[in-house]
Amino acid sequence: MEKEFIPRITSFVCKWCTYTGADLAGTSRLQYPTSIILLKVLCSSRIDPVFLIKSYLKGADGVLIGGCHPGDCHYETGNYHTRRRFKILTEIFSTLGLPKERLRLSWISASEGPKFAQVSNEFTDKIENLGPNNARENMFL
Amino acid sequence: MNKVIKIENGTKQGVLNFLEHLITTDKISGVLTLRKINEKGICDYGFISDAKELKFADPFAPVMPINAAQTLSSLTPTTKPIAAIIKPCELRGFVERVKRVQGSMKNVLLISYTCGGVLPLNTFQGDGSEKIIADYYNAISKGETPGSIRPTCKACEYFVPMMADITIPLLGNSESESECSLIMNSEFAIQISKEFQCEIITSELDSKIIDKVLAVRISEKEKLYNKTKVTKDGLDELVNIFGKCVGCHGCSRVCPICYCVMCDFESHNFDYNIEIFETELEQKGALRLPPDTVFFQIGRLAHMSFSCVGCGQCEDVCPANIPVATIFKKVGEATAGLFDYIPGKDLEEAIPVMIFKEEEFEEIGK
Ligand code: SF4
Ligand code: SF4
Ligand code: FES
Repeated sequence: MEKEFIPRITSFVCKWCTYTGADLAGTSRLQYPTSIILLKVLCSSRIDPVFLIKSYLKGADGVLIGGCHPGDCHYETGNYHTRRRFKILTEIFSTLGLPKERLRLSWISASEGPKFAQVSNEFTDKIENLGPNNARENMFL
Repeated sequence: MNKVIKIENGTKQGVLNFLEHLITTDKISGVLTLRKINEKGICDYGFISDAKELKFADPFAPVMPINAAQTLSSLTPTTKPIAAIIKPCELRGFVERVKRVQGSMKNVLLISYTCGGVLPLNTFQGDGSEKIIADYYNAISKGETPGSIRPTCKACEYFVPMMADITIPLLGNSESESECSLIMNSEFAIQISKEFQCEIITSELDSKIIDKVLAVRISEKEKLYNKTKVTKDGLDELVNIFGKCVGCHGCSRVCPICYCVMCDFESHNFDYNIEIFETELEQKGALRLPPDTVFFQIGRLAHMSFSCVGCGQCEDVCPANIPVATIFKKVGEATAGLFDYIPGKDLEEAIPVMIFKEEEFEEIGK
């Protein structure tokens, strides 16, 4: 029997909003898939695009960024910069023919536990349909 | 229409006369220019402060031993005016560096010219280069695109200088052997050349020539992009291309945009320690060394592609013959294009990653 594909989704989330939102999802006993691996950062703007590139090339099936809604960043404008950098990265992916659908950015506030669960489920479903990231086995990457 | 200095001399000699005047009358302390370093005509950039040394200057030599943007960074800020005679993409590279506070335009008389492209370093210095260079000058005086120039030069649309104080018409200038025009674009240029004895007229670049060259360059660009299999073919193609990379990072050292003294990709951040090796080997069973060559390039694209001026320096120095510049130029057009940004066009225009609009890309974040 083929091994069941459980995606691995590296998720860089802002401590002030999405991480707290994930906590809330937990304490509210909302279900979200084990595929989501959370990495806490101080602000979504701390996420250098190279973190996402490295994650993808090392075999993460999906890469998720979670940040405060525009206007709500604790450092005022950090997430606007995140959004630009994310746009640049997805543009690079599409120009090079890389699967930009494996990258996602979602604004999820501290009170949006249900949204966190919903995004996690949705994104996991999508990645399941895409199948495993073939970079994982590539010895050149 | 601009003020234009007319000199009754060939273009090269006319420019040297002008520079000699600026140096001997103490208007500038010296000039950054290409100059011959030996009998064979090998060229390097040099800073000339003694007018006698100008006889070695070869300002229009079709070669880029280093992207002069890097050199200008180390010469500025300067308290005494200097001049620099450089190629349009070097000037754009310098503007991008100034935006990153790696130099200053103040007190620099920036002279540039309509550019016919440069030869790869090996061609310029190699056997039989005399004939290739003679053919080159012949072709550009007719406004043609010499077959011998760098691939990204053939595909370059920005051969008319932007942000130059003085522009010299060279490309498609059939009179360049007998006359010299210096088009003054700035008040600084007009002021500094006030005492220079010459004829002054008003004129501008010949737009017919510009349009003709531009059409050729654009079609060459399409050809180049189609030939260099890089896009849309995904990871496997990237592995094919960068699988050859020896990991020397020469491409980023010579890049006018990559100014970081300590490049992130050379820092310990991305070192492979024994744990990482073991985890990777467990997963893959084998690992290519040096690792991370694809990562390095995509990472660099994310950090600077929107500022790439397409100078071709990276590709020229690559020991593995990887079409680095073609890839960076193409991706850079896409990333800069998101913001209608043209690198090096305007000092006042902020680098796309330094600014944002509250309302933009609202499809992101759902
Ligand atoms: S110059 Fe060529 S071989 Fe060296 S790091 Fe760049 S792509 Fe790799
Ligand atoms: S990436 Fe290459 S072509 Fe682009 S500016 Fe740097 S050296 Fe020039
Ligand atoms: S603090 Fe949450 S995105 Fe900046």
